[in-house]
Amino acid sequence: MSSNPLLSVEGLTVQFFTDRGTVTAVNEISFEIQEEEIVGLVGESGAGKSVASMSLLRLINGPGRIVEGEIRYKDRTLFALEEGPDGEPRKREDMLSDEEMRTEIRGNEIAVIFQDPMESLNPVYTVGNQLQEFIKLNRDISKKEARSEAIRMLREVGISDAAERYEKYPHEFSGGMRQRVLIAMALACKPNLIIADEPTTALDVTIEGQILDLVQDLQEKYGTSFLWVTHDMGVVADICEQVNVMYLGNIVEQAPVDDIFYNTKHLYTDALLDSMPRPDRTVERLKAIKGVMPSAIDPPEGCPFHTRCPDARQVCEQTHPDLRDVSDDANIIHRSACLKHDIFNVNYEGSLPMTDETKRQANTSAGTTSVNETGADR
Amino acid sequence: MATNEAQVEQDETAVSGQEVGLSHQLKQIKRDITARIGLYIVVLVTFVAGFSWFDANLGTITFGYVSDYTLAQAAPLLEHPERLPPPTDMNAHAPPAFVEGGTWEHPLGTDHEGRDYLSRIVYGTRISVMVGFAATAIGLVGGVAIGATAGYYGGRVDDLLMRFVEIIFAIPALVLIIVFTEFVSGGNPDIQYAVAGAGIASIPIFSRIMRSRVLSVREMEYIEAARSAGVKDRHIIIRHVIPNSFASVLVYATLQVGVVILLVASLSFLGYGAQPPTPDWGQMLSYAHGQMHSNPWMSVFPGLAILVTIMGFNLLGDGLQDALNPRIDN
Repeated sequence: MSSNPLLSVEGLTVQFFTDRGTVTAVNEISFEIQEEEIVGLVGESGAGKSVASMSLLRLINGPGRIVEGEIRYKDRTLFALEEGPDGEPRKREDMLSDEEMRTEIRGNEIAVIFQDPMESLNPVYTVGNQLQEFIKLNRDISKKEARSEAIRMLREVGISDAAERYEKYPHEFSGGMRQRVLIAMALACKPNLIIADEPTTALDVTIEGQILDLVQDLQEKYGTSFLWVTHDMGVVADICEQVNVMYLGNIVEQAPVDDIFYNTKHLYTDALLDSMPRPDRTVERLKAIKGVMPSAIDPPEGCPFHTRCPDARQVCEQTHPDLRDVSDDANIIHRSACLKHDIFNVNYEGSLPMTDETKRQANTSAGTTSVNETGADR
Repeated sequence: MATNEAQVEQDETAVSGQEVGLSHQLKQIKRDITARIGLYIVVLVTFVAGFSWFDANLGTITFGYVSDYTLAQAAPLLEHPERLPPPTDMNAHAPPAFVEGGTWEHPLGTDHEGRDYLSRIVYGTRISVMVGFAATAIGLVGGVAIGATAGYYGGRVDDLLMRFVEIIFAIPALVLIIVFTEFVSGGNPDIQYAVAGAGIASIPIFSRIMRSRVLSVREMEYIEAARSAGVKDRHIIIRHVIPNSFASVLVYATLQVGVVILLVASLSFLGYGAQPPTPDWGQMLSYAHGQMHSNPWMSVFPGLAILVTIMGFNLLGDGLQDALNPRIDN
């Protein structure tokens, strides 16, 4: 990949320190986002997608904390730790202060579009008022200029009668319209990266299609990069160029979108793809993934997916696979964290398959109580 | 972008003309008879307090007109009723007009100094309403600021502020205010100290209501959105958190006006509020209770005035509460 990505994440680990124990919501993930690229972050509920994306802006609330990793944006360090004189990790000198994060990064450089357009606008102010205020705050221009800029942005995201709609309250907008307003808000300050946290999940399919088209149009026009958080492989296929699949806080597969779909190298991604309808395959019945994701408080040993994996062997229970390039093609980097691949060299073939019985045991011992995603996220 | 606009046309299932906001709540109050009575009483009391000028010392009730003085002469005196010359006709303890021996010159009779009792009660309205609003305002501002800060930041800030507030809450209001008054006034209690004390004593309850609302509002996505857009915390609290948590606090404030009027009247009764000759209801009662046998009506009228005023604020507050509760729809 290009040597100079827009955003690079190295070994990011986020933990929540709760009364019931330490939850590793994000476990040493690394990925990059290039200029003008849409990168997908895919996974089931509770996989740690939202936590990972919000930690890019350092917006993790207590009891959560980023405990490890380095996040670089352009030539600035959003997060980095070093070992202090007492052996405890401390903030590295080049890491941006909270003040700098707020005034220079959030909104201006990296913006966020949230999942629920119904709740992302303050009900007590008009849509225009909020948009205008947001522009004024981040761009330091007069109220009047901000107003005309806000109306221009509303028009840009395809809202007709923008000047009239400017005066309306959020409850007078439909869901799709509100999501357009949020996109306008995110784009208003011309950020280079937009984190879209499941922005179309709350919308119905036709509106979702319109919004995706709009995003693609605007992405081309403004050259903005996107980190698209979703659980919908269909959306991923539609807009993403590079895909990261997350499971239980780990990135388990990382590849260009075509390779993810047609040359799948991880059994979890396989299972995800099997559970959704595809125009290129005809099946009798879609296969749902068996079971639920294990609790992140007490994750299974070895490969995190082995409790639900159809091809799990005993070695999977013992070895935690890291993400390695398993591509056959030298031009493409396709990383996977599955012990099946020869590169791991753990004698997968020689290991005995796990019986349903042993799997069930592993499942119970790991505790199948799934952690409520939104609860753990915020 | 042309295609997009065409799509939006279909997308525009926007609901307009939905009944929300203050106007809707006022409509509900109009339909609720007890709340309406409360509203009328509050309006009447506020009107009397705001638009009447009385000569509390002279024998006549004069709306905006003082018999023996020109208005220009009387106006400065009204601010300081104690500077008025003694009444010309010494007619102390005259009974009300409808009792034997009473005259319509003094419809509710006169007090021990020969001052017209009705004038004093009407003048007292002004004091009571001002007391009620001022003390509630102090409690409201203090409580909203503390509650919003505690609720928004949570954690240690929350603990610190709320424990402090609970300390105030744990002390009985009357005791707290009396001690406060004694301290601040240096042994010369007066109404303004009582008002400040009553305001401070109201802070805890407002803080708690505000905090509990803020705890749910701060989880809303628009707060998160504002944070991710790089908005300052202070700005988020003022622009987003407070306006969305304010409704229930405002309802409570209506009820609290009645409560503090009663509280300050009690203080005046005990001698820690308004001092003679200020025509405060509580202070009037304080004198009148010694006259319970000889002149029982002297206790009745200020008591009635307090009762009606507080009832007005309570009825209105209850009505507002119902109007704001989505589960009760009239």
